[in-house]
Amino acid sequence: MSVARQALSPATVAARPVYQLRGVSKTYAKRNIQALGAVDLTLTEGSFCSVIGASGCGKSTLLKIMAGLAPPSAGSVMLEGKPVVGPRRDIGMMFQQATLFPWRTTIENIVLPIEIRDGKQAARAKHDEARRLLELVGLKGFEGVYPSELSGGMAQRAAICRMLITEPAVLLLDEPFSALDELTREYMNMELQRICLERNATAFLVTHSIPEAVILSDVVHVMSPRPGRFVESIEIDLPRPRTLDMITTPRFGALVDRIRARLDKGSFL
Amino acid sequence: MSDTAADPPSTVWVEKTSWYDRVPRWVSMLAIFVLAVSIWEAVHVSGLVSGIILPSPAETWRNIVFVGSNLLAGGYMLTALWITIQEVAYAFVLATLIGFTLGVVVGETTFGERAIMPYLVAIDTMPKVAFAPLFIAWLGFGLESKVALATFIATFPIVVGTAAGLHAADENARMLFRTMGASRWQTLVKMKLPTGMPQFFTGLKIASVGVMAGAITGEFLGGGKGFGELIRIASTNLDTARVFALIVYLSFVGLACFGLVVFLQRRLIFWQRSSAASASM
Repeated sequence: MSVARQALSPATVAARPVYQLRGVSKTYAKRNIQALGAVDLTLTEGSFCSVIGASGCGKSTLLKIMAGLAPPSAGSVMLEGKPVVGPRRDIGMMFQQATLFPWRTTIENIVLPIEIRDGKQAARAKHDEARRLLELVGLKGFEGVYPSELSGGMAQRAAICRMLITEPAVLLLDEPFSALDELTREYMNMELQRICLERNATAFLVTHSIPEAVILSDVVHVMSPRPGRFVESIEIDLPRPRTLDMITTPRFGALVDRIRARLDKGSFL
Repeated sequence: MSDTAADPPSTVWVEKTSWYDRVPRWVSMLAIFVLAVSIWEAVHVSGLVSGIILPSPAETWRNIVFVGSNLLAGGYMLTALWITIQEVAYAFVLATLIGFTLGVVVGETTFGERAIMPYLVAIDTMPKVAFAPLFIAWLGFGLESKVALATFIATFPIVVGTAAGLHAADENARMLFRTMGASRWQTLVKMKLPTGMPQFFTGLKIASVGVMAGAITGEFLGGGKGFGELIRIASTNLDTARVFALIVYLSFVGLACFGLVVFLQRRLIFWQRSSAASASM
């Protein structure tokens, strides 16, 4: 599949939809709270989309539904033409915390998803692939190191490898770098862009940070709370690859301002 | 932090350590020991307390040497000690197996937490030594009744430690395992149990102390041929110095038991570079 991707440049082919949500809503029956209004979302192959919104606007609910961790109350969730009815191996996920297990070496942590699904033997067979991924994220030579010896940024790089090892069709990123310091975070965002471009990955990011959403995304969806729904979808027309210098450009500032204006300032943290 | 020779001395601010921080630990420990023995000797020399109630340090030391030589020579005391060690070892293994199993049931299943845990808490609040006559009635005066009492005492901390350990995994780790499509068994074995190892070992450490107390209590109340029986005989003979000496050797067994747990913990939980604070519970 990756060969086909490389042969056809994304620009020449009409982008194929990978992930499609139609009228997805979520109501918690117990307290009769509508957490999510009708959300429509299409992720096309190789695109990077973000959703930004205040705490408690339903972002995590949306992400849980997309990851197959919670069923929607209504609507359809389709990944690669098949409905999502539970966790799937073609969904890669990353959280705020790297959540590497300290009793496993870095490489053992990376092949954990394979070990869980296909057993130890299959996991061992993936070690070469894991080493290639470590090289991709700039952690070459760290395979035998235990996570306690990795810095926060390095741990998140390893988490990226763990997410990529199953060759997922879509990457779901839940504020992946928000626990890192500002400098590391900016750098990791650029690394994430590089990795996504290199692999033509389809990614969906949930974030609190407007600049982060703008610098990474092709489209930013602004979400409003109670019930959570997209109030505006803003296309980011900055050229790729993006660089940190773009943050100071007027175009970048205008996009940030537009998104900020769209967010309810009172509830935005 | 680096010393700057160019700076005038008045601007250099060096952290000062108190004289006590520079004293090696063993010196402090030795000082306490010497102080305690001196007070002990002073009380003895003053004649305020009868020698039957509090023997002199010298008398106690003679008994320590005597018991030690008997143990080394493989005398009757070694036979007695070996019986007690067996009781402790059996009870510790049993308590670990039972405690771990119950801990997993209670910590992992809703049924266990709702239906079994209340009974465990109820039993745990009872004075467990009071069960000794029952164990003697059921199992006789041999090794079994002592093992039973010691196991009974040592099981609960392991149950609690195991169950607490299973709850130690954070939300991120649980979520990660769910996204990977892990089964309940995989989640337990590959994530929850390793995460809970430190708590499990805390339970083991408490149990390693309790198991000793259980075995000796069992011997006091149920006779037999163990080390507890030797202590009981010596105290009946008003041989207080002997009692002290026997207790000293018993404490070595207790220390060895505790030390074994700490050793295993350092080996198994290699990722937890524990400080001295966590090693001593």
